[in-house]
Amino acid sequence: MIRDKVAIIGMGCSKFGERWDAGFEDLAVEAFNEALDDAGIEAKDIQAAWLATCFDEVMCGKSALPLANALKLPFIPVTRVENFCASGSEALRGAVYAVASGACDIALAIGVEKLKDTGYGGLPEFGTVMGTKNRLIFPNVTAPGTFAMLATRYFSEYGLSPEKGKEILARISVKSHRNGAMNPKAHLRREITIEDVLKAPIIAWPLGLYDCCGVSDGAAAAIVVRAENAKEYREDPVYIKSIQISTSPGEELIYRWDGVHIETTVRAAERAYQEAGIEDPRKEIDILELHDCFSITELITYEDLRISRRGEAWKDVENGFFELDGEIPCQTDGGLKCFGHPIGASGLRMVYEVYKQLQGKAGKRQVEDPRVGLTHNLGGFPAMSVAAVCIFGIDKD
Amino acid sequence: MVGIESMGIYVPRYRLDRREIFESVGWISRNFLPGERAAANYDEDSITMAVNAAMKCECNDVDAVFFASVTMPYKERQNAEIIATALDLGSDISTADFTGSTKAVTTALINAANYVAAGKAKRILVCAADCRIGRPGSYLEIVSGDAAAAVVVGKEKLASINGYHCVSYDFADTWRIDKDDLAKSWEDRWIRDEGYKKFITEAISKLLEKENVSPSEIAKVAYPCLYPRDFPKIALSLGFSQEQIQDPLFTILGNTGNAHPLIMLAAILEKAERDDRIIIASYGSGSDAVMFTAKENFPFSESIRVRKKMPYKKYIAFRELLPVEKGMRGEEVAPTPVSVLWRNRREILALVGSRCRNCGTPQYPSQRVCVACQSQDLEPYRFADKKGKIFSFTEDYLAFSINPPAIYGIIEFEGGGRFWFDITDCEPGELKVGMPVRMSFRRRDFDPQRRVYNYFWKAVPEVRG
Repeated sequence: MIRDKVAIIGMGCSKFGERWDAGFEDLAVEAFNEALDDAGIEAKDIQAAWLATCFDEVMCGKSALPLANALKLPFIPVTRVENFCASGSEALRGAVYAVASGACDIALAIGVEKLKDTGYGGLPEFGTVMGTKNRLIFPNVTAPGTFAMLATRYFSEYGLSPEKGKEILARISVKSHRNGAMNPKAHLRREITIEDVLKAPIIAWPLGLYDCCGVSDGAAAAIVVRAENAKEYREDPVYIKSIQISTSPGEELIYRWDGVHIETTVRAAERAYQEAGIEDPRKEIDILELHDCFSITELITYEDLRISRRGEAWKDVENGFFELDGEIPCQTDGGLKCFGHPIGASGLRMVYEVYKQLQGKAGKRQVEDPRVGLTHNLGGFPAMSVAAVCIFGIDKD
Repeated sequence: MVGIESMGIYVPRYRLDRREIFESVGWISRNFLPGERAAANYDEDSITMAVNAAMKCECNDVDAVFFASVTMPYKERQNAEIIATALDLGSDISTADFTGSTKAVTTALINAANYVAAGKAKRILVCAADCRIGRPGSYLEIVSGDAAAAVVVGKEKLASINGYHCVSYDFADTWRIDKDDLAKSWEDRWIRDEGYKKFITEAISKLLEKENVSPSEIAKVAYPCLYPRDFPKIALSLGFSQEQIQDPLFTILGNTGNAHPLIMLAAILEKAERDDRIIIASYGSGSDAVMFTAKENFPFSESIRVRKKMPYKKYIAFRELLPVEKGMRGEEVAPTPVSVLWRNRREILALVGSRCRNCGTPQYPSQRVCVACQSQDLEPYRFADKKGKIFSFTEDYLAFSINPPAIYGIIEFEGGGRFWFDITDCEPGELKVGMPVRMSFRRRDFDPQRRVYNYFWKAVPEVRG
């Protein structure tokens, strides 16, 4: 049980976007500097670091060397982790476990991803990243395509017409854009209407352009210490209540699965609620930062986290349950929808928003007095995924 | 007596309207060559069509696989063996490619019959397919069709093979040197009068003489149609009546090259009476005429029942006659690991997964540890012949495809097992969750760096005609 053993004492988040001006090093330094200032420590105080990157091939290269080089970390242990889009949460887990074990006192988790140097839209082509055998037998799947299959299935399973289904999904994106428009660090800062979403070109049926998150560059960082030392650094540290990761053994794609939920999210969430001591998440969680790589992912995740009942999340969406002024505000920063998804950075970018909200420092987007926040970071494909569910609190039990 | 035990015909789902070719690039009068021709989809070639034809035969336990085509995808790496591997026939067989002319198919058939007659083999699978590409608007493009046929030569179940006569000439009507993709031809009138009419006439007349039968004793005679106006003249001049001449399906399929003689046989067997005598002649560098006796009917029409129009502009893009933009994503083709293909050849080319010996769960791809019970005792289990249903699908405009959108989905197999596959021979808006599909061997992609055509299986929606 990791609950209340570790606290975050400083965080940083770069400006996200098509950062034609910035490379891997620039993004890493931008997030790192803010985290150091926020924690009130110096680079030399960091004793170990975890770097999350996914598409190293198209940006910084393999290993943790790019980070140690960029930040000039002085010969400390630096580890690079990669678990698809859940990489950012993996870096945090590494750092949290390290300080919790007593192996070190101050650790850094940083996620950096420079995607916009491929020359084309969308994520880098998956051809070489799926393994040599899979490359011969997988369809040319893309992220929107694999998540679109969730929507196809969801509409069919719950009897939603494509028109009705797409309208529900549109509301999710409209809500996130409303929040993102208030966030200076977001990539896409423009409010949109349901009509905009419905009229947008199809990317992978039934998902249109505004059902998909942006593709951006960015970095985010967290500095962690043991909970008992946290107040030495600041008055309002944020405590880790739970960090849980679930990795699919592959049964969804090749054996059994209903196609309208993500099994790893369900498993990670159940373990996270147990670790954090949460019984009824709909009542006990105040804010959500979900992995809204696509609108359908967010819809299904409401159900997988037991916030909404199976097949009924769309009703909560229609009732405004997840709006900034709703019962559990979700994607208060604009989410992946407005930040885009620099893979390694996203998990920590979500934590950054929860951290700021719990400290009451979220500016125009501030939710009234949240005590407990949850981040959900999902990697891979619905049929074969890695899910991370982390829970944070401003209070220590 | 030696004969045809089993037969499979594969005609691609798509048709080109000849009028559209004339309107786009043609200069030949539109009335001259009417109708449609069969066109392979973007992911089909002679190998894939041959496999699809053979999948309709009872071809287990054959001693050899012969493949006839003038459009072999590989010049080196045996095409017949790719077909045999896709059919999961095992390694204890002999395989051979027959090529060089559109009569290679009858050469293969006659050789197979002779092997069986000599007792050197019990059953031989003869596949024939062509996918001939002419320059846009050329006569070759307009008259050709894409299709495949497969027969198992063994016992006389569907028909017996009674005799043959071969004539061979180095007649350069159409030729293609080793460095060329597109063929050259000599003048049509010369081909028609000096080659086409004379060679077929010679082969059939000498066969009749050899077998000591007169045209009136033959129920049907068939040979390819290269020139519609002169086509019937060959049989009429030999003493056959118009009714004895089999419709060459010129306005439905076109001349399907090496597949054509077997397609003609299949079409005749559909309506033949038992013991009807049939003559089929091929054409190309001479002519082979083969005499058969019908034993059973064959449901040929079934194979041309479902058809869809392919826009001509798409056809020339698919055949790379029109260089279309692939985008930088489309240019990123992962290098083909050939040794991985070898190690997993049954899994990839034959769609063989595994079934747990402990709990019976079928699974694809092949697993070392059972996904259901974690037992490590699994046996090979083939999915290529299993029916499936669409579990979910998408139409993906981001993924590269020469025929966008890329349509793919998760397929659930009857009897267990599921995996994601490309879905082909369908258009956006046609699919529904739960729709039945069958598996079809297709060209997955072309690796332009390693120069490899990669093959795999795709799902095809079952369409009720």
